[in-house]
Amino acid sequence: MSAREVAVAVGERLAEAERAGLNATLAWSEAALLAEADRVNALPEPGPLHALPVAIKDNIVTTGLPTTCGSRILAGYRSPFDATVVDRLHAAGAMVACKTNLDEFAMGSSTEHSAYGRVRHPMDPSRVPGGSSGGSAALVASGAVPMALGSETGGSVRQPASFCGVVGVKPTYGRVSRYGLVAFGSSLDCVSVFARTVGDAARVLRVIAGPDPRDATTLAAPPIAPLRSGATLSGTTIGVPREYFPGDLDRGVRAACDAALARMRELGATIVEVSLPHSSLAVPTYYIIAPAEAAANLARFDGARYGTRAPAAGDVRALYRATRGAGFGAEVRRRILVGTYVLSAGYYDAYYGHAQAARRRIAGDFSSAFAAGVDLLFTPTTPTTAFKAGEKTGDPVSMYLADVFVCPASLAGLPAMSLPIGRSEGLPVGGQLIAPALAEARMLAAAAALESVLDATGEVR
Amino acid sequence: MTWETVIGLEVHVQLGTRSKMFCGCSAGFGDPPNTNVCPVCLGLPGALPVPNAMAVRLAVRAALALDCSVQEQSVFARKNYFYPDLPKGYQISQFERPLAIRGRLLIESADRGAVAVSIQRLHIEEDAGKLLHDRIPGKTAIDLNRAGIPLAEIVSGPDLRSPAEARAYLTALRQILVYAGVSDCSMEKGSLRVDGNISVRRAGETALGTKTEIKNLNSFANLERALTAERDRQQEVLERGGRVEQVTLLFSAATGEVRPTRSKEASHDYRYFDDPDLPPLVVGSRTLEQIGSELPELPSAKRARLMSSYGLGAYDAGVLVSERPIADYFEAVCREGADPKSAANWIINESGAYPEPAALAQLIGLVAGGTVSHQAAKRIYPELRDGLAPRVVAERLGLLQVRDEVALRGWVDEVIAAHPGEVARYRAGEIRLLAFLTGQVMKRSRGTADPKGAQTMLARQLEGS
Repeated sequence: MSAREVAVAVGERLAEAERAGLNATLAWSEAALLAEADRVNALPEPGPLHALPVAIKDNIVTTGLPTTCGSRILAGYRSPFDATVVDRLHAAGAMVACKTNLDEFAMGSSTEHSAYGRVRHPMDPSRVPGGSSGGSAALVASGAVPMALGSETGGSVRQPASFCGVVGVKPTYGRVSRYGLVAFGSSLDCVSVFARTVGDAARVLRVIAGPDPRDATTLAAPPIAPLRSGATLSGTTIGVPREYFPGDLDRGVRAACDAALARMRELGATIVEVSLPHSSLAVPTYYIIAPAEAAANLARFDGARYGTRAPAAGDVRALYRATRGAGFGAEVRRRILVGTYVLSAGYYDAYYGHAQAARRRIAGDFSSAFAAGVDLLFTPTTPTTAFKAGEKTGDPVSMYLADVFVCPASLAGLPAMSLPIGRSEGLPVGGQLIAPALAEARMLAAAAALESVLDATGEVR
Repeated sequence: MTWETVIGLEVHVQLGTRSKMFCGCSAGFGDPPNTNVCPVCLGLPGALPVPNAMAVRLAVRAALALDCSVQEQSVFARKNYFYPDLPKGYQISQFERPLAIRGRLLIESADRGAVAVSIQRLHIEEDAGKLLHDRIPGKTAIDLNRAGIPLAEIVSGPDLRSPAEARAYLTALRQILVYAGVSDCSMEKGSLRVDGNISVRRAGETALGTKTEIKNLNSFANLERALTAERDRQQEVLERGGRVEQVTLLFSAATGEVRPTRSKEASHDYRYFDDPDLPPLVVGSRTLEQIGSELPELPSAKRARLMSSYGLGAYDAGVLVSERPIADYFEAVCREGADPKSAANWIINESGAYPEPAALAQLIGLVAGGTVSHQAAKRIYPELRDGLAPRVVAERLGLLQVRDEVALRGWVDEVIAAHPGEVARYRAGEIRLLAFLTGQVMKRSRGTADPKGAQTMLARQLEGS
């Protein structure tokens, strides 16, 4: 298939996804797809992702399509530059397929908090696809595109990957440039990858990874080794943290995890129980650190230079109030308020200071487990399968707890991924692998081995 | 009642880099509005800062020049506030862990002699943009050329005891920073800006009084004037039994008064936190050593050396050191073989463009050797352009000293004939008139007579006949 043929085919599938009511795309056009195809054809030689369409979460800036972050405040905003990851995809021969819907500024776990409407789960429109990268997850799961970029701050790729039954990989913090990823929680944000197979996810990750002079937090590390074939886990020790298997864990989720662990043992892995004692601190810690950083990161959306400016009489303060009040949705406003509060004089130590200390403890749990000889950790990605739309929107804390198993690795900056390991009542269950910093290759190899022996579309009992 | 004034200064200097602190935009001055901008300094979504290594180097240089202890690890922090000249809604600065702490700067106080003023901290930060109120009628425009320009903020301890000392501190600080090549420190261009903190207390008290802050003092003279006005105002308040309120003030150069700014500005909670976009700034011992070795000789050391190596007095050495190019010129002239004392006199007394060091050295040599008179040299000096040798100029202007006996004899005889009264008084014992008569010979020769030869000849003629 030529790049132009791919462009036409992708356009048809995106139109189909639209007709099906997924509401997963925020921007795409046949013209833009053809322009992407021309770009591929202009490359001197085919790259590693030659003519592959990649959907891009709409908080990653692109010059070819608008970038709204799912927010009214950036309605129609067109970036004058491409994110580093977009540049790298282009250089590898990939095509930007579309921009995908998300929780506004990536704040949410269900993709219900988009100013442009909620994303439907591809298998059950009454359910959520997870979030915040729900649009990317739903598009990959629906088959519209083979791969997509999302972003993680506290599990926003692994959790929707789990809900939608696709592979979602978050690299080590600093492995992939954040230049062009609209900042939410800068110390946590990671551009991450969705694909239908571990191999595809690894290919995309290898293309976008690597130090970037435009992001001072990227790591000068050796590149991620290509995925080795050969499905064995012999010599690999898999740690199973007991804190991730609480008594009230969904029975289907538990059954799928047990089955996956059994298959890993058959593949030669040694399974050991470990403890990550500070795991319960992760969600509260996350919901202090991420909002604090977000409050500063979102201060630039003031209507003065770009984006939506509310008509306002009076002084500049009135302009800010009107623009930000009307431009941000409720969840974003809530987090800005929380973030502002926890950094305020007199509260900083009690909240932000404590959260930083807790973050170090959480990271310490992981280092201890890995230092004790564990190569990888295995956990359920989420406590439940995809929940119903509207089920948690009235109760932010219950929504936040959907991320209880994905937050810790984000706080520790570790690579982690979700892969489909079976079904519970027809809905996908994801299993999570967490690796030491920079050990993506090890994690992906184990995931590929597991993938090769699992029937992830089958019901687990 | 006697009062003691306590002043500390917060000085912002623009680090003399070509590009901005966190992006590659030009740090040039005077370009059309919003031409030196990019996604980073505009705060566009997705843009990230990357520290300018040269700016860090210059800040370290400043810290070393001010005897600061440079921290191996310092941390960039976000200072959060909303203002239209601040594109990101926060300024990247340093807060809890500044680049350098605990420095000092020696100043000469008229009241207290040599004073070591402590430097509490030196940190790196980015500048904000500029609001233009005069471009579009009824509206405010924003120029972000300055947004992201690298600055060092240098905070002194409350160690200054008078507005004059504050001025002396700023003068010494400017001198040292210009010497070290950190900044051009131009108040006109805004590359040197100063805020003053001032309080007064009863003489002998140790606790500090309530301070006020005077913002953006735009010249050395206005710094002193504003602090004087505020000192007087505070003393008056206290003498009336009132209390000084902690406020931020603006100085009006037109009226010479200080006025409170709208107090809303004062109650900011900046919610500082470490900037997650920037890893800690590490200045290792090797880097520190290297930057230290690049540091030129600083004014105080240079002054001491000019005194000891060239035998200059404190005043002359001080004047020469005041500007590094002058001191460098002085040494170049000496290297060309000039007598240091004469070289210093020439350089201190002559203003304007200096000739080539070799030319001045030769001129000094011609005077010392009696080839031209000092008076003639003063006429030769301004002609020393285009690489002309002083001797050539002297010849061209007819200023070579005449020692020829016949010529001298001619002028001497004329002078004796023209001044019979003085001649008679000299012969009657009023010998100090010899100098007057020699002067007359010099005048008659239009400065070309060799003064010693003329005087000898004159004495002989007066005795002889």
